[in-house]
Amino acid sequence: MKIDLSGPLRNAAGGIESFEMEARTIRELLQRLVERYPAMQRHMDQGIAVAIDGTIYRDDHSVKIPAAAEVYLLPRIQGG
Amino acid sequence: MTGVHVSTSINGDPVEYVCPADESLLDVLRDRVGLTGVKEGCGTGDCGACSITLDGALVCACLVLGAEAEGRKVTTIEGMGDGEKLHPLQRQFIDNAALQCGVCTPGFLIAAKSLLDENPDPTVEEIRYALAGNLCRCTGYDKIVRAVQAAAKDLRRQKK
Amino acid sequence: MKHDQKYTGQEFKVVGARVERPDGVDKVTGRARYGADANAPGQLVGLVLRSSHAHARIVKIDTSKAEKVAGVKAVLTSADLPDLTNGDAGNYATLVNCMARDRVLYDGHAVAAVAATDKSSAKKALKLIKVTYEKLPHVTDVDEALKKGAPLVQPTNKQDGKPSNKSGHFEFGHGDIEAGLLEADIVLERSYKTEQTHQGYIEPHACLATVGPDGSGELWVTTQGHFSFRIMCAALLGMDVAKLKVTSSEIGGGFGGKTHVWIEPVALALARKSNRPVKMVMSREEVFKASGPTCATSMDVKIGAKKDGTITAAFIECRYSDGPFPGIWGMLGGMTAWACYDLKNCKAVGVDVLVNRPKVAAYRAPSAPMMAFGVESTIDQLAKELDIDPVEFRLRNVAKEGTRSSYGPIYGPIGIEPTLEAVRDHPHMRAKLRKNQGRGMASGFWFNIGGQTCSDLNVGVDGTVNLTVGTVDVGGARASLSLIAAEELGISYDQVKTNIGDTSSLGHNDTTEGSRGTFSSGMATIFAAREAIEVMKSRAAQMWGIPEDAVEWKDGEARAVGAEHGNLPALSLKEIAAEAGATGGPIAGHHEVTADGSGVSFASHICDVEVDPETGKTTVLRYTVVQDAGKAIHPDYVEGQFQGAAAQGIGWALNEEYVYGEDGCLQNAGFLDYRVPVCSDLPFIDTKILEIPNPNHPYGIRGVGECSIVPPLAAIGNAVSNAVGVRLNHVPMSPPRILKALDDAGA
Repeated sequence: MKIDLSGPLRNAAGGIESFEMEARTIRELLQRLVERYPAMQRHMDQGIAVAIDGTIYRDDHSVKIPAAAEVYLLPRIQGG
Repeated sequence: MTGVHVSTSINGDPVEYVCPADESLLDVLRDRVGLTGVKEGCGTGDCGACSITLDGALVCACLVLGAEAEGRKVTTIEGMGDGEKLHPLQRQFIDNAALQCGVCTPGFLIAAKSLLDENPDPTVEEIRYALAGNLCRCTGYDKIVRAVQAAAKDLRRQKK
Repeated sequence: MKHDQKYTGQEFKVVGARVERPDGVDKVTGRARYGADANAPGQLVGLVLRSSHAHARIVKIDTSKAEKVAGVKAVLTSADLPDLTNGDAGNYATLVNCMARDRVLYDGHAVAAVAATDKSSAKKALKLIKVTYEKLPHVTDVDEALKKGAPLVQPTNKQDGKPSNKSGHFEFGHGDIEAGLLEADIVLERSYKTEQTHQGYIEPHACLATVGPDGSGELWVTTQGHFSFRIMCAALLGMDVAKLKVTSSEIGGGFGGKTHVWIEPVALALARKSNRPVKMVMSREEVFKASGPTCATSMDVKIGAKKDGTITAAFIECRYSDGPFPGIWGMLGGMTAWACYDLKNCKAVGVDVLVNRPKVAAYRAPSAPMMAFGVESTIDQLAKELDIDPVEFRLRNVAKEGTRSSYGPIYGPIGIEPTLEAVRDHPHMRAKLRKNQGRGMASGFWFNIGGQTCSDLNVGVDGTVNLTVGTVDVGGARASLSLIAAEELGISYDQVKTNIGDTSSLGHNDTTEGSRGTFSSGMATIFAAREAIEVMKSRAAQMWGIPEDAVEWKDGEARAVGAEHGNLPALSLKEIAAEAGATGGPIAGHHEVTADGSGVSFASHICDVEVDPETGKTTVLRYTVVQDAGKAIHPDYVEGQFQGAAAQGIGWALNEEYVYGEDGCLQNAGFLDYRVPVCSDLPFIDTKILEIPNPNHPYGIRGVGECSIVPPLAAIGNAVSNAVGVRLNHVPMSPPRILKALDDAGA
């Protein structure tokens, strides 16, 4: 499936905006992400949120990713 | 520093304490008398969280010395209700959701009571100016003004 | 147990009622206990010595005279706080902020602390601590800090390999800005500034700390997140998390400022050193100088549009002053800037900049109000240039379900269009204005978050219910959560009492921030109640001697179903509770969850102002808030959040600002000179709650606490500009700035 990267994460993947990767869960996706792009570790440490079909998952890595889902990676947010 | 011996009346009860001459009445009430319903928000008379009455006059307890209470009558939020019966202002603050965090609430209640004692039927503008010495950061004052209006009505009805 | 968190559209019996809050009586009688209202036998008074320099090297700290003062039990410097952070940059920044190490980085930075038997001895000791400073050049302005040759706040901070005060650069958006600008019939370029403001909670930071030589401690503290405070304090002090019990007091306002530790690690360290309880309460001056305000900003906006009102390109760069430590404020702003709109080409750049000002903390929808000021002010001017009604102009470009958001993902069901339609149709928009009066409107966005949460629900022997949650109640959440528990169990609201548990009574709960309290604890409460219902159904089956699957739960009672058992009289929750001991023991439900799937919020505001052209003073005449709540559990407190957020935004827009002198010191660290809105400054604030359900919450809750601080800066800016005929581009729009703008325009 196609994984889109939010602006601040693109540098760690060599400047690309998206890439193809198969993953059944957020955990699998993030593990493979760091294996493929080791520079992502810095962003992982600060937190990466995963939007699946528009719903942002900020913390729960056990969430399943449906086959045809739109997946978008963005920095983990916080509030006041 | 030598302490000052003070005999005073707090919420109708005789109270005696010894405090340093430079200690504020706010610190005395909170730390020596144990009336922590009187809040400290600034210590400089700008926020009104420590509003009390001294011989019936509305004051900030942080701007009064503990020693100045000698022979006078102090009223705090703890003296507002009548046993288990809440004062109409207290009741209306709850019913109108006029508090969120509630730390400014004791000061607002004392200031509002002071207003209604003098002026039983204030306009919105009179309420807003009478409460302008009390800061609230949660509510935007909307529900506070409505609660004071409702309590004023209750008090007028009670008097009839 | 996993539960389905999807919205079901269930009909509510008690949710939505305006019930009395459970902490109401305590708060109107003065009984409620806040951070400074707890005391312990033998407690000491802790005070902090703070820097009066904006930037200086600490050459030497001599505490010998202070230690000899009668009554002094402990004197603390950074030497007592070894670095245990293991390379964690965030924790290290917190450690350095709590107590300066080699340098002081802002006016008010802590350099030493004492604990003594009374306040006057502690004050006397502070005066006897001798700190030798070597003054260093400082910079407090966000634009000055980026200039070549500016004093470096953190010499180790680098950008593109070179030492710099720029600490972060974050870009969001999609499409091609240059191509979009070429398509435009009109392009507007504008620059804006916003000044630094403080959350301004009325209750200063306060805590009571105890630590014994066995490594166990307790902390009573005013906080938005006692579990997070525990983790932070334990990490900085090398304590075991389980041995530090943190109890959250009633909180006298936080708005983001109480998500962060300031004096708490110091209080614990003093308590450990003295082996006595230590109470610390910040003065208001300390709150302003040394607890987290939000950023000052400077920004440039460029928008291109066609004659028909279609925006073809939208660009913003905003620079945020973080204080002396890198933050993510530019990132948060960048993600929110264009979120209200459906744009083919958009870009938002958030830049973080180090300055010699206090360490910034979150403030209600952190970073969003500033960029919204730039975006919504420029959009208003563009609508005027194109002669299109500003609401209509926004509606032509509005984001909808299916739109690609400016921060990346595609939107699900969202509420920006309905808020704009509600504004368009509101009678406020048609009210007459007089001379020197103007009307403005603006929109805003905030994410909302979820996070780790757990709730415990215990059924008492008489059938009344205790709900224990771990999210601090900052605005009436206990009432909302009691309503939710009552709804699920089918009992009345007054049969439920909700408490906030301390850190030893529940699993970890993330801080109450990001409008998450009612969203996430609401979710945990629904599922805890459903688990308790399963237990009660099984107990009823036992009492009847029938199979569990022949029992259903409805309206607060167990009912036997099916031809065989249907004639059994129902068993109420109360009856089942009375038999709990004989049917297996106490009845409880428990749920822990990482509550993801929070729904985004949108708000649109309208305001009318009158500006006195002689004095430059602005009076807010009328104000209306429209916001999508998802679902309003307790409408009074939803309205309260809308009104409170709007009031803070109004203060930010018109008056509030940190004023720094040439010496880099804060000149207005008090409520007299830092003027928050008072009762006579504001009108009634009208509210309209929209309910577009969040598909990822069983009740459709989105979270309501933050979003309405986003539109006011621009809504007021637009109103003031319409009133005086001159555009205001610098917040706060205080009387001197308005007079200057009028002067500059030759008006």
